[in-house]
Formats: sequence, C-alpha cells, structure tokens
Amino acid sequence: MTETKKFNCITCPRGCELTVTLQDGKFQSVTGNFCPNGAKYAEQEVTAPMRMLTGTVKLTGAGLPLLPVVSTAELPKDKILLAAAELRKITVAAPVKYGDIIIHNILGLGVDMIASCDFACIK
Amino acid sequence: MEYDVIVIGAGPAGMAAAQSAQENGAKKILLIDRGMVTGGILLQCIHNGFGVHQYGEMLTGPTYAQRAYEQIKDKKEITLWLDTVVLTVTAKKEVTCVNPERGVKKVVGKTIILASGCRERPRGAIRIPGQRLAGIVTAGAAQRMVNCFGFIPGKKIVILGSGDIGLIMARRLTLEGCEVKAVVEICPYSNGLQRNISQCLNDFDIPLYLSHTIVDIHGRDRVAGVTVAKVDEKMQAIAGTEFQIDCDTVVLSVGLIPERTLINNLPLQFDALTGGPLVDQHRQTELAGFFAAGNVVHVHDIVDYVTEEAMIAGKFAALQAQNNVVGGRRVQIKCEKGVRTCVPQFLFLPDVAEDVKLYLRVSKFVREKHLVVKSGNNVLWNQYLMAGRPSEMIMLDIPADSLQNVTDEITVGLE
Ligand code: SF4
Repeated sequence: MTETKKFNCITCPRGCELTVTLQDGKFQSVTGNFCPNGAKYAEQEVTAPMRMLTGTVKLTGAGLPLLPVVSTAELPKDKILLAAAELRKITVAAPVKYGDIIIHNILGLGVDMIASCDFACIK
Repeated sequence: MEYDVIVIGAGPAGMAAAQSAQENGAKKILLIDRGMVTGGILLQCIHNGFGVHQYGEMLTGPTYAQRAYEQIKDKKEITLWLDTVVLTVTAKKEVTCVNPERGVKKVVGKTIILASGCRERPRGAIRIPGQRLAGIVTAGAAQRMVNCFGFIPGKKIVILGSGDIGLIMARRLTLEGCEVKAVVEICPYSNGLQRNISQCLNDFDIPLYLSHTIVDIHGRDRVAGVTVAKVDEKMQAIAGTEFQIDCDTVVLSVGLIPERTLINNLPLQFDALTGGPLVDQHRQTELAGFFAAGNVVHVHDIVDYVTEEAMIAGKFAALQAQNNVVGGRRVQIKCEKGVRTCVPQFLFLPDVAEDVKLYLRVSKFVREKHLVVKSGNNVLWNQYLMAGRPSEMIMLDIPADSLQNVTDEITVGLE
C-alpha cells in the first residue's frame, strides 16, 4: 500500500514542506526538500523520529537557582517527556563549566545531558 | 570621560557591535548593560537552534551568549559596565548612567550604538476584554519564570498568539508538566517559525487555532477560562462560533516591539512598521554618529542575523570615531508589492564600495516569486524566492557593482 505524509523539514529555519511517499509503511521517496539534509530528515522522521532536549536542573551556590542543560545528541521523540522528568531529580553545585556532564547516559539512551554555560561560585 | 564608541546593551547585538568596533580600530569602547551578566534575553532562551549561521552548529541561547562574550572578554579596548542602567542619552552623545558602586556617571562617545533590544507587547496593546485577573503573563515573562527561576506560571495554559516565544513556551511548559490546552492565533497563518510549529506544538498534539481569538477571559481573582471565537477576514469575531476552554493561565505571545525608550526624545525618524529608527546600510541613524543594531532596529527571528548586523554597526561606528568615513548621497529604499519592511531604509551613495545586504519581510505567505530591486526603471537586482513567510526574514545580497547606476529612489518588491 502506498501512502503519503506531508510535514515540514525542521533541520533549518527554511522549513521546506516535504511530501514523503511510504510503501507498506516504509520510506520510499521525498519531494519538496531544498537540500539533501531534508531527505535525511524525512527518512528519519518517518522511521524513528528524534529530538534534542533542553531543560534546566537545580543549581546551588551560583546566585541563580537553575542551570540550563542540553542533550549531546538527539533522543527518540517518545522518550522526551520521560527524559525531561529525569532533569527534575537533579541538583548540581557551582562552579559549572560549559560542557560538564550533568547526567551521564540519560535513561540508558547513550546520550548525556551537559551544561549549556558556565556558572561561577558566588559567596 | 570620552570613548570612541559607547554601546548600550550587552545582549548579542551589543557584544557583536563592541567586538567589531574593536576589530576595526576603536581604542576605547564602553559596553553598558543593566544586567549582572552579559547575554541579554539569550540567557532565558535555553532551547537550542541558535548559531547555525554564525558558528555552524546548533547552540542553546546561553551557549551562544557565552561564545559571544568569549570574543570580547579579554579585549583591553573594551570596558564592560554591568549592573548599570542608562538614564538618558542626548543628541550630543552624552550618556548618563547609574550603578551602585560608581553612582551616577556621565560619559561621552564619539559614536553611540543603541543595542537595547525589544520588549513584548503587553495585554493593553491588544485590548482583550475581561477582568484584571491573576494568571495573565507575557510569554517572555513566563520564559524567565520557568527557565531562570524555576516557577511555572500555572498548570492549565492557553497561549494567545503564535509568536516564537509562545510556541517555545508551549513545549517548555509541557515538558515541565503543565497542560497546554491550545494556541490561539488571530491571523490565518502562524507568526512563528515552521520548525517551532512542528517541534513545539505538533510533537505534543497541542491544537493551533488559526483565525481565532480570545474574546473573553473569565474568573474571579484568578483566570478560570477563556472564550475563543473564530474571526472573519477583518479579524472581527464571528458571532455563534464561540467556545470555552478551561484554564488557569493565559500566556500572551502577541509580538515584540523595539525598546526605544532611551531614544524617543532624540531627533530621529522611526519606521512605522518595524518600530525602530531609520538606518542606512551601516546601521547609522539620521543623527550622525548614532548607530543602532539588533532588535531595536527591527525584531529578528534568528539571533545570527542580529550578530551579523551588529558587526556592521560596530565596524562603521569605529570608522566614524576615527574620522575614517566618506560622505554620500542619501537614497531612500521603498517597499512595495508584497514586501512589508526593509532594513536598511536608506543607502548612502554613490560612494558605496561594499556590497549591501537588505533584510526584508513579506506581508503574506508567497511562493515562487522574484524579489526585484529597482531604481526608477533600472533593475538592480532580481532574486528568485521559493517561499516567503511573514515570520521569516529574507536576506538579499546586492553586489556593489549593481548599485553603480542608482539614480533615484530604490524600490524593492515581489514580482
Ligand atoms: S530541506 Fe534543507 S533547506 Fe529545506 S528546511 Fe530542510 S535542511 Fe533546510
């Protein structure tokens, strides 16, 4: 059975409108992509959609109560809410440097959550 | 104390302007910000997607801000005054500012770069009826609450307006356990970037009601619900289409306007559509030596372009401070045929030795058009446009050669 799905490429702000053709649920072809990244995204999106996760964890000793964090790679889309809930369990203490690993291997998905920026200690 | 360049605001625009001023020979640069750290609004934009053009990778807002700061932090030519509020700026380029340690200080610049960013349109600007209830916040305020201080504004949320910050907050609040019931947009199209519609709404099955608006907000002390109605082409609510949504919070994401409180009293002209001062291709306003950069000129959707434009402002402010500029003839740029705004609003000619970049917005969604830049009947530049959305800024690079035959007013339009 052939079906088509329409959605936008979100790889870059251009946001091309993609039309993906699926054969028995399997990726066949894509049109509407302005560049090859769009084709890669389209295939990924209909096969195993992935998303970056950003959020915050509690921070002590920095004068501000939260540290922004970001995943080192994309996570499966259906794990995003679970992973966000993990962030709420964590507290870290300043000083923190950009790139410090805040959660190693979140939910066993092989992706770390790292600090988005530096925070110095404030007495 | 006299400086070559005084930059007001140390967000992405101010930092890039200061960096570029230093790289272009300014010896004494003063960068002022009211915050305790540099970075401005980027610090609360913890999501990623920044920096694709400037750094070739996707960064979060705080990471982008830190990168920008690293470019300037060890430059001895740049003095940074944080926790400092600018009180007034005069046409003589005197800046009066106040800080707890230094007290009130007056400094003078050979040139000034305004990089004060933008602010959100509040409830009053859009006249929604209803009581003055607790639980109505702007999207940026909600963002600061959630991302910097760890509070949620409520549990059941309706977002009015589909600007980017509202969309980003729809996802952010969902991830923090809130229930985002709907995004209501009065226009027939979204005002946010497509990727934000996909990733922030579609991913979480949050409904987007286009051509709808909130016609009433209910509740006694706290918001208890809203009435939503469909609107016609004139954006008037259609009777009989109303429906209710229970919620305890209304988040307003209804647009941004350049923050120009400091410059309202200066003899400048403002663009009625962008809300910012008129500038030439060097981001110089009509007042010699006064430059402007970033969201105070026109609100951007992508910070990379803020940095890029601010680099231009910083460079030419530095050159001006060193008396290293040549005069020129002023030529107006007029928008027509589907092009809503253009920055710069005028060019200095004929001594334009460099390429010029125009930053445009279209008035409605278009496909398969050409952007045509003309002077009289002379076509200066013609560029194919696959698709243009009002929410996305379009750039036109016009090579210096094309600008040689400019005689009178320049127009830019879709054909
Ligand atoms: S197809 Fe290419 S150009 Fe189009 S949105 Fe995707 S990445 Fe951007």
